[in-house]
Amino acid sequence: MINQDAVEQGRLTRGTAGQLRRAPWAVQPFLAESWLNVLGVAIVVLVLLLAVFGPFIAPQNPNQLNLFAILQPPSVHHWFGTDNLGRDIFSRVIVGTRISVEVAVIILSLSVTFGTALGIVSGMAGGLIDEIVMRITDLFLAFPGFVLAAAIAATLGPSLQHTVLALAVVFWPWYTRLIRGQVLSLREREFVLAARVARAGRVWIATRHLARNVLAILIVQVSLDVGYAILATSSLSFLGLGAQPPTPEWGAIIADGRNYIQTAWWWITFPGLVLALTVLGFNLLGDGLRDWIDPRLRGSFGGMQG
Amino acid sequence: MGTVIARRLAFMVFVLWGVTLVTFFLSRVVPGDPARLMAGPEASQSAVEHLRRIYGLNDPLIVQYGRYMRDLIHGNLGFSFVTRRNVRTDIATFLPATIELAGCALVVGFVLALVIGTAAAYRRGTATDAAGRLTAIAGLSLPVFWLALLLQLLFHTKLGWLPLGGRLDPGMTPPPHLTGLLTVDSLLTGHFATFVNAVEHLVLPVAVLAAGVYGLMVRIMRTSVLDSLSEEYVRTAQAKGLSRWRVLRRHVLRNAMLPAVTVLGLEFGLLAAGVFVVESVFQWPGIGNYAFQAIQANDYNATIGATLVIAVIYVVINLIVDICYLYLDPRIRYT
Repeated sequence: MINQDAVEQGRLTRGTAGQLRRAPWAVQPFLAESWLNVLGVAIVVLVLLLAVFGPFIAPQNPNQLNLFAILQPPSVHHWFGTDNLGRDIFSRVIVGTRISVEVAVIILSLSVTFGTALGIVSGMAGGLIDEIVMRITDLFLAFPGFVLAAAIAATLGPSLQHTVLALAVVFWPWYTRLIRGQVLSLREREFVLAARVARAGRVWIATRHLARNVLAILIVQVSLDVGYAILATSSLSFLGLGAQPPTPEWGAIIADGRNYIQTAWWWITFPGLVLALTVLGFNLLGDGLRDWIDPRLRGSFGGMQG
Repeated sequence: MGTVIARRLAFMVFVLWGVTLVTFFLSRVVPGDPARLMAGPEASQSAVEHLRRIYGLNDPLIVQYGRYMRDLIHGNLGFSFVTRRNVRTDIATFLPATIELAGCALVVGFVLALVIGTAAAYRRGTATDAAGRLTAIAGLSLPVFWLALLLQLLFHTKLGWLPLGGRLDPGMTPPPHLTGLLTVDSLLTGHFATFVNAVEHLVLPVAVLAAGVYGLMVRIMRTSVLDSLSEEYVRTAQAKGLSRWRVLRRHVLRNAMLPAVTVLGLEFGLLAAGVFVVESVFQWPGIGNYAFQAIQANDYNATIGATLVIAVIYVVINLIVDICYLYLDPRIRYT
């Protein structure tokens, strides 16, 4: 909420545009700022590499049963041990990386595209359209997001696709609010007025001037939300509302391992550790980026926790 | 200020109406026959048909919604097919357990954030500060369900110090019902052993939920302590020769509290998500567990009732936060 207020008051805009212009490929100053930024970037890069190349480097087929090696503790052959069907948990976790990253990318593409478009329209149109859009987002934000997502996922029937859809439905209003606030303050800035004086069309202004200037804040928000999207997906899978067995999704792997908690501690421990580190990496990156782009926002963490 | 509050209240009613609309239609598009669910798998076709007529399940959806709203205005949330009780009775039974759990987590997380956040602000740029930032982000990054399982594994399975779940040991009789909060009730009625047992059951779920509360709060505490440290009145207080502790308590913390109040709304959203998962892992008989089971069983009266209660609490907390804010800082413009 605090973040939202700051954004809507347009406090973000001043620092953002300037930073973005010199930012994109100059990673070094960002890394030099704090070792936590280095840690975040390192984890994110590793996760992305695993997502792309995971299926090629996984030592075994993630769904390969091996009844001679069930419930083996971690060893040289099975780094994370094996499950009750003798599947190699390390391979399952590696392959699961792609699922989690893919899911997060789809959720965020859907909600960012829809939310941003609606936010720009709402901010530029004003009046009745703005009022209607804002009341609809209020309706969504009045609801603890995770609970709504769980209800939608359950209604549609448990599957990974439905979880993705449910989370996208919950995520978009945050982007609409964020972008609308930005547009409202950008609208009054000189370069937009200048464009208007030059008789630029609305679509031109929206795509050339507004969309580019909200990019920096959008990048920050997305990098914070990737972690949350991954976390929410695996939580729903853990509850049985998302990915179904034998899909090697992290939450689903842990849900399976729960029944063997007395005998096979490794089964829940390692997949969870990888999940936690992944989310930590994205959060560190997003948090560092936000501080770097606008130090005044330091401390106001994230958007849609819950 | 009166008109602002009136507007907020009107908006609150609108939002809650929207919530009923969304949940009602969401729960009715689910495939599956509630009459069959009610009657049980062995019931004859005519019995199912009978139930369907009694509950008006053949009527158009909009008529059913109208009927639901009429009952709702009279405070009737309908009948749960799973527990076979009134949803209102169910909620009254399960809500105190959640309040006890979430309340403890809020207090624990807040106190922890207060201490660590203040320490980080006073030692800005040191290792303490970096540790504060890392633990804050870690608190929000740790998957709630994983942390819960891990703590169970360690403190129940390996060490045997704490119970696996539930609110009391199976053999333990709950204290007489006063507030529904077992710790409070057992203390008030002098059942000390029950109190200890209830606290033991609270430790793990509270720890899991408190991690998230802490993560969200600690950096805000740090920032606001830093802000108030640079204020003139703090310098004045220091110049007057007040002790460090007194300056901290009377001048710094008092002013640093305001931003912490404003994140309560966010905290609640986080807690609602956490409670949903934690209650399921710890078999905690609260509203989150109830809602989860209702959603899974397509018990739609219970689903709407539970989500409505969660939404009411959420909206009311945000309203209180807004009013507090308005009261504490009249400069805030409401548009």
